[in-house]
Amino acid sequence: MSRPEEPGAAGLPPPAPARAGARPAAVQELARVFAIKRVGAYHALSLVSPAIAKLARPGQFVEVRTGHPSSFMLRRPFSIHSIQRGGPGVGSVEIAFEVVGPGTAQLAEVRPHDQVDLVGPLGVPFGLPEKSANCLLVGGGYGTAPLFFLAEELRARRCRVDFVVGAATEGRLFKAMDAKRLAQTLAITTDDGSAGTRGLVTDVLLDVLARTRAERVYACGPMPMLAVVSRVAAATRVPCEVAVEERMACGTGLCWSCVIPVYPPAAEQARGAAGRRFDPSARTPTRMARTCVDGPVFDGDAVAWRELGYEAVRVHEGGQLAMELLP
Amino acid sequence: MSAAPRPARTMNVDLRVNLAGVELPTPVLGASGCFGFGRELAGFVDLPRVGGVVTKSISLEPRRGRPTPRMAETPAGMLNAIGLQNPGVEAYCANELPFLAEAGARVVTSVFGHTAREFAILAERLSGEGAVDLLELNLSCPNADRREQVFAADPAAAADVVAKVKRHARQPVLAKLTADVTDLVAVAKAVVDAGADGLVLINTLLGMAVDVRTRRPKLAAVTGGLSGPAIRPVAVRCVWQVAQALPGVPIVGSGGIATGEDAAEFLLVGATAVAVGTANFVEPRALEMVAGELAAYLASVELGTPKELAATFKAQV
Repeated sequence: MSRPEEPGAAGLPPPAPARAGARPAAVQELARVFAIKRVGAYHALSLVSPAIAKLARPGQFVEVRTGHPSSFMLRRPFSIHSIQRGGPGVGSVEIAFEVVGPGTAQLAEVRPHDQVDLVGPLGVPFGLPEKSANCLLVGGGYGTAPLFFLAEELRARRCRVDFVVGAATEGRLFKAMDAKRLAQTLAITTDDGSAGTRGLVTDVLLDVLARTRAERVYACGPMPMLAVVSRVAAATRVPCEVAVEERMACGTGLCWSCVIPVYPPAAEQARGAAGRRFDPSARTPTRMARTCVDGPVFDGDAVAWRELGYEAVRVHEGGQLAMELLP
Repeated sequence: MSAAPRPARTMNVDLRVNLAGVELPTPVLGASGCFGFGRELAGFVDLPRVGGVVTKSISLEPRRGRPTPRMAETPAGMLNAIGLQNPGVEAYCANELPFLAEAGARVVTSVFGHTAREFAILAERLSGEGAVDLLELNLSCPNADRREQVFAADPAAAADVVAKVKRHARQPVLAKLTADVTDLVAVAKAVVDAGADGLVLINTLLGMAVDVRTRRPKLAAVTGGLSGPAIRPVAVRCVWQVAQALPGVPIVGSGGIATGEDAAEFLLVGATAVAVGTANFVEPRALEMVAGELAAYLASVELGTPKELAATFKAQV
């Protein structure tokens, strides 16, 4: 994982703070591994990265170089799980990941004091409420990871934080007990019932929204989950932001791989004015937005879920929820 | 036009090159589709100091591109099927070009048309844009809607586009060709005879990858363009063949360049400049690093300019 310093003969400076550009500041930083540990089915990797720690905001991600330089593997994007800002010149960034391929397999092999090449923080962060608000955080699998950073920031703003976390099994929940410490209440669901309520986070969402008097919803997890959370939040008129995941090559806006269909702001306004803002049958032209620079955080109702294959959610009287997914 | 380029010097090396009449601060450009519109990495590289920014290909009308997944990693490279997503020429001129002009970058505007006539209209539209230093004709995108839009697959079709463009273009015109042909030299000769001021070799190679678990293609578009170090030997071969057949024609070599020595390989076989593509995805400072490493390489072999390199090539092992 350690990457040698680039040849100095060319008069090039070492990785350094970025110059002022059109994009929000991101930097490249060679980070020392502070700790790596197993967390259930996942790995949590803490990296000494003061420049990125200083700039990072909840919902943003880092691009991590994996593999030997000669192997020319693409960087891997990981949302920031937590930040330790510490004193001057000290700061660390923690990411969480699951081993799913060669990049994450190699990343799981790093050891304390190894060097890891990071670029970040990247992407649009979660919007924080101006005033204290009741915030419901909904996480699926390791998608829960960035919500911890968000929860810390929300609590610092005197917001009430409630968590709903779900996964296939108890072992695939991410730090559920730590979530409990950050939140007023914690609801857990698992597909197999091995922890909490058997079912999906979306099964308990209406109840939790009502019980916590949520004024904001923040969600991160699998796209089908985000589709339902967005629809439910819209139907109950609670503003909702989602952090999406789409396959990326660069993370910096160059390659246009990681796009999702979104409603352009003007069209959104028109739809809202017409009182049809959440009408899934509306045929508003969408544009393909890069999740790396226009996201990964989007307003839940800005994403064209129907185009992504997720049909409407209907909230029936009496609070029953129904959703159809296109094949 | 943009301000005079600042020479990039390392020791006694002067990296400046003249590409089809346009002086560039270094021979290392950002390749089309791999460097956005320049602003994306403006925080990491100093745009006036890079050789040039080849923009994402611009079409007459906005293009939405292909569905996702658009990208699949492959050994030492990647496949992409973006499908030429771009905001269209008017939005490009209104929103992107002013940034590049203001930043002081050398601008190579890549254009894509569905027909030769569309290419000509684009050239005419851009002829009045002083910030555009060169035009690159994307005659070879493997993600075009139909195979006949890969104009560079056929010498006559490619030459027709170049001839029509040259009637309207005010900037030097580079034709970007594909290696996915039986006789690349024939295509190169045809476009040069039609008036192309230079060539860009090569575009991505048409490829495909399958997920054996799902038993489906890895790309929504099924096929896509292969890029990265995996294709570099093909690109070097193409530059070599064409430079032999058409001495004196400026060539921008492109395909898998990630280091200064990779760039030197292309210059040795006859390229005037190089374009760095996929490496920008991995290393946001790739353009400056490749240029710096190239300067260090030139100094190490006691040469003062990139142009001198080709003359030192020994064609036998």
